[in-house]
Amino acid sequence: MAARRTALRARFQGGVTRVEVIWGETTVYVDRTRLFDIVQWLHDDPSQRYDYLSDVTAVEYRDPEQPIEVVWHLRSLPYRRFLRVKVELPRDGKTPLEVPSVWSVYKGADWLERECYDMFGIRFVGHPDLRRILMWEQYHEGFPLRKDFPLRGRFSRAEQLRQALAANPEARYSMEELTVAQAFEDLPEAMRARLKSGERTGE
Amino acid sequence: MGLTARPTDSLARTDTASGSGESWVATRLDFLVNWGRAGSLWPMPFGTACCAIEFMATAASRFDLARFGMERMSFSPRQADVLICAGRVPFKLAPVLRRIWQQMPQPKWCISMGACASSGGMFDNYAVVQGIDTIIPVDVYVPGCPPRPEGLLYGILMLQDKVKRERMSDTALRNEMDPDPKSGLYIPPAAIDELSEPFGNSVHQTRSGL
Repeated sequence: MAARRTALRARFQGGVTRVEVIWGETTVYVDRTRLFDIVQWLHDDPSQRYDYLSDVTAVEYRDPEQPIEVVWHLRSLPYRRFLRVKVELPRDGKTPLEVPSVWSVYKGADWLERECYDMFGIRFVGHPDLRRILMWEQYHEGFPLRKDFPLRGRFSRAEQLRQALAANPEARYSMEELTVAQAFEDLPEAMRARLKSGERTGE
Repeated sequence: MGLTARPTDSLARTDTASGSGESWVATRLDFLVNWGRAGSLWPMPFGTACCAIEFMATAASRFDLARFGMERMSFSPRQADVLICAGRVPFKLAPVLRRIWQQMPQPKWCISMGACASSGGMFDNYAVVQGIDTIIPVDVYVPGCPPRPEGLLYGILMLQDKVKRERMSDTALRNEMDPDPKSGLYIPPAAIDELSEPFGNSVHQTRSGL
């Protein structure tokens, strides 16, 4: 255990800010700019082989001094190991809520990062199709799991309902079906532009 | 529950309605049509949560929905008579529910099953519709979290009773509502905000201490 932490630190000297071990679970705090290299190395290196990304999420603390944390849960099936990687994003108004996407390493990160973006507003740079996944595309009340988001939303109930009913339920098929769907005109502008340029999601 | 006792002679009353100026033929025809409709209500199950489990139990052999002429679940809204909305409806599902309701042919009825469908229930948050009667008109509300099958059956019997009381000469029982063209809602926006006010709505969030 300690040897592996040392190996990680030796390889990415400035990249690992600190390491915590709580109840036998290791948490590695890494630098935002080095995150992708570290995850790539954890995935590829024969001594690590973290081949399964089980979750991507974020934590915002009530204390405004505390930074927002983005969390990656990595699991190594061959070695039966678990590792938690965190990136801290200070809420100083200067640091953008941006982290690199690990989609090119783990394809399963696609929807996890979209959910994290939908709920916390954290942008994953390099994600192929970063848009809302749980809330609908036209939703613009904010990011529901942020601490400054009121429990019942920002708009009145009638306005929330009016906006929800304005959506076309047929405009929710996959990108491939959408090109032929009659609901094409009801799609958000950005999505239409992506479809027109021939972009497709998935593999 | 504020409900009047079900008149046991509701069917026998049809031929005494001549006091209202209806002809004997019209009342007989009413009786026949209503008898046929009430005994063959095809439900469209719109199950989104745990209420749907109770709905399945209602349809299964122990409680046997087929006793009331509803054995044929219509999973296509185009062949359905009753929309049974069982479970919470998030805002994202609101246009879908509205579309399904519009796809059902006349005559059609709606049962709102459970606390969440009727009022939002415990999900008083940013994502859940506070009562499906803001999206579609509702005939019968079944309380409970979730209601037991007996509760749903009681609601279905109430709906059958409502169907049996319809008169060709008096359309008050089946007053088809159109949504307000401006807001697209069945209830005025101010009323929706007012209804959710006692629990603290999205405008006044501090009422419940949150």
